[in-house]
Amino acid sequence: MSQTTPLHGVHESLGATMVDFAGWLMPLRYGSESAEHRAVRAAAGLFDLSHMGEIFVTGREAAAALDHALVSRLSALKVRRARYTMLCAPDGGVLDDLIVYRLAEEEFLVVANAANADRVAAELAARAEGFDAAVADRSAAYALLAVQGPRSAEILAAAGVGDADLGGLRYYGVQPAKVAGIGALVARTGYTGEDGFELFIAADDAAGLWRALTAAGEPYGLRPAGLAARDTLRLEAGMPLYGNELTAELTPFDAGLGRVVDFGDDDEARDFVGRAALEAARDAADAPRRRLVGLVSRGRRVPRHGYPVVNAADGTVVGEVTSGAPSPTLGRPIAMAYLAGDVTGGPADGLAVDIRGRHEPVDVVDLPFYRRNT
Amino acid sequence: MSSIPEELGYSKEHEWVAGLDDGRVVTVGITAYAAEQLGDVVYVSVPEEGSTVEAGDAVGEVESTKSVSDIYSPVSGEVVEVNQAVVDDPSLINSDPYGEGWLFKVRTTGEAEDLLSAEEYAALTSGDS
Repeated sequence: MSQTTPLHGVHESLGATMVDFAGWLMPLRYGSESAEHRAVRAAAGLFDLSHMGEIFVTGREAAAALDHALVSRLSALKVRRARYTMLCAPDGGVLDDLIVYRLAEEEFLVVANAANADRVAAELAARAEGFDAAVADRSAAYALLAVQGPRSAEILAAAGVGDADLGGLRYYGVQPAKVAGIGALVARTGYTGEDGFELFIAADDAAGLWRALTAAGEPYGLRPAGLAARDTLRLEAGMPLYGNELTAELTPFDAGLGRVVDFGDDDEARDFVGRAALEAARDAADAPRRRLVGLVSRGRRVPRHGYPVVNAADGTVVGEVTSGAPSPTLGRPIAMAYLAGDVTGGPADGLAVDIRGRHEPVDVVDLPFYRRNT
Repeated sequence: MSSIPEELGYSKEHEWVAGLDDGRVVTVGITAYAAEQLGDVVYVSVPEEGSTVEAGDAVGEVESTKSVSDIYSPVSGEVVEVNQAVVDDPSLINSDPYGEGWLFKVRTTGEAEDLLSAEEYAALTSGDS
């Protein structure tokens, strides 16, 4: 039996198509997922992300514990700032990708993917042993709403912001504020490639905030958006999805995200779980095992997760699609795929995706597929 | 509840068949229920004009943002016409599944078999929608 979010009744009343995702019953779409996608690109979308895990790490040595547990140096993160990072196994494999918010000198909020939240909480607790730090999984107490799209800031202002000036909140900033009179942690983060906000609130406030944002956003073209749109939005933005582009069998370097790993300075190396394996992965970066690329299909059939990437000339398998979808923005199917390290790729190389037995030509492109005008 | 026109026949694979009573050329499409389950349709392939299809054969495919499904011919016969408009604009399957979203026409041979009535199809698709 899947868990439901505090907004389950709202989704049902909106006639959403619900889907089981990571043990949660979540809205896949409310109407046309392409229209929801385009609303986020052109105006704004409202997402229920209450399935995500909220794990708090607090205490005098909270920063030191996270420095040890994660691949980034969270002690260097300023209060009211956020960082994208990863939890890696000792062998360098990615256990989850995370956003960590520093709420106070001794208080961090770690946001984990729903499917990994239990594991992340357990790993953080184990890795915090010996530090003066407490790890608390408060996922059940929190709901998370996201307003994403170019009109997001106006919509929050229209809903009414108190106790804070969100105009000064920069990308990857976080601060407490009242939105429509409801106490929230407001972060300028997201997973869509657009400007936007994520609002962490008490579970009991979720329906009230949803209604207030819906009403305030209506004149700006805000519409509820489901997981289908969220997936095509993040794919266009070239953002990895755990379970697709990131797995425990891959290191951050495989995914082209080695920049999130902080080994420290030459004169002051830092230690963290997975360091030795990740150093080896970094040092092999000149001859990588594989690399993550973008593919744009020349045809209309859609490359999907798990489909082989082949050399069109001889059918040799040279890689595998990790995520694929029709792109509403490009009007063509797009995909991310891992290619074997010795495949150079490029329009001239004649790559194709084996789509259920038929080879459909694709072009290799740089990620992301879509970048907003800033 | 999606619409299920009374006068059509239905397959368990969510195709509809029109014109069963009028003669031997029938029109085939995808039901509104199936279109709703699929979401936005972005690609559809149909059998070639002039080809022969057997009831139950996979004769095409329909892709949406999140899924891909085979299209099964609910009847046997010769494909006499295909809807190029829906191939060019597959969203017609979402906007007008029983009208402009039709897929192909078949000159049937023999009896159509085992098609469901509107009532039976409604029973098949209730409960999980």
